[in-house]
Amino acid sequence: MTESLTPSQTVGPFLSIGLPWADGPEVVPEDTPGSFVLSGQVLDGEGAPLTDAMVETWQADPAGRFAHPDDPRGAAGEFRGFGRCPTDAAGRYWIRTVKPGPLPAPGGGVEAPHLDVSVFARGLLDRLVTRCYFADEVAANGADPVLSTVDPARRGTLLAAAGPDGYHLDIRLQGENETVFFDI
Amino acid sequence: MTGTLVLPGYERPRGLHPPLASPAYRSTILRAPAQPLVVLPHNLTEVTGPLLGAGRVRAADADLTRQHAGEPLGQRIVVHGRVLERDGRPVPRTLVEIWQANASGRYNHGRDNWAAPLDPNFTGGGRVLTDDQGRYRFLTIKPGAYPWGNHRNAWRPAHIHFSVFGRAFTQRLVTQMYFPDDPMFPYDPIFNSIPDERARRRLVSRFDMDATEPDWALAFQWDIVLRGSDSTPMEEPHDD
Repeated sequence: MTESLTPSQTVGPFLSIGLPWADGPEVVPEDTPGSFVLSGQVLDGEGAPLTDAMVETWQADPAGRFAHPDDPRGAAGEFRGFGRCPTDAAGRYWIRTVKPGPLPAPGGGVEAPHLDVSVFARGLLDRLVTRCYFADEVAANGADPVLSTVDPARRGTLLAAAGPDGYHLDIRLQGENETVFFDI
Repeated sequence: MTGTLVLPGYERPRGLHPPLASPAYRSTILRAPAQPLVVLPHNLTEVTGPLLGAGRVRAADADLTRQHAGEPLGQRIVVHGRVLERDGRPVPRTLVEIWQANASGRYNHGRDNWAAPLDPNFTGGGRVLTDDQGRYRFLTIKPGAYPWGNHRNAWRPAHIHFSVFGRAFTQRLVTQMYFPDDPMFPYDPIFNSIPDERARRRLVSRFDMDATEPDWALAFQWDIVLRGSDSTPMEEPHDD
């Protein structure tokens, strides 16, 4: 089944030569109504920040639509939906975005507002995939068909908390409070 | 939000990618998750993805030999190929980004302390959009091998880093392209982290005499094949 596919390799320590964009973290412009900054640190198994990682995000618009032809409800709008931010010297990433709308799921049910998140770094031979949900969407999160498959004791690692500077979500690659990562 | 949502189904290429915990590559030891991955269904967020490019790529971005006042040192090479899905369908108009070391194996990066010279005429980053047949083409310099701190006298085989998006979040891929017959292959824990030897070989480009630029540049050809989707009809029939 996989006889022709190209395997993954690590992004290595020098991704900043090729991947960052000046507007990478700006999924939406700063003056967009309802926009906020999502930020956090990427940390290794000893709690040390990753200073050579990159975080990417992908999400629906506030109406729960994608500007993409494979959305069977029809491609909608021109929402970029994509954010990309290399981590800084403190292992910190940030994305300026808006909260996505809920999404219908193929098996019925409704997915709570979420971002798909990819983490790339030296030492990661394939990207890590996680999701960012919002801690203040209690009812929607409670009905989310993906969160319900995650060990309740670990769900909190996927919830961004609202604070004075926007939403905050750390990504812990390993060890105590290890982030839930997905097999995509 | 009523009705049945029918989405393209993407395969899950188990056993293809390197295990995250590959301790021969030391940087995995504190970075690979210890907990098992949770299976993520391929729902709307996963079967869609960023369709980037227009406005992000200039024609000059595909020529890494002309980004500065002078010419970089080293062997000029064409690197070209196609981005495909597993069934051979091309992925048109998708963003391909590359970065690499210079001819002496040195990256233009503040944290690369390998004692080989930087080249003031070479940055080492490029990007291009595939054409309607999924084709990409770069003109660059053949990168050098370089030592790294993984183990005593560790050397990376020469490589170019590639980043591709495909058309869906499921297809996002970052990998490395290698050159034919590199004597460093048997010694490199990153290359050998891929469990299947045939899969490893798929990261090795081939010399392509037909694509050389006569009296100017050698050429290497390398296709990138992304996981496929089934042919489920994705929309109601329409006229175009």
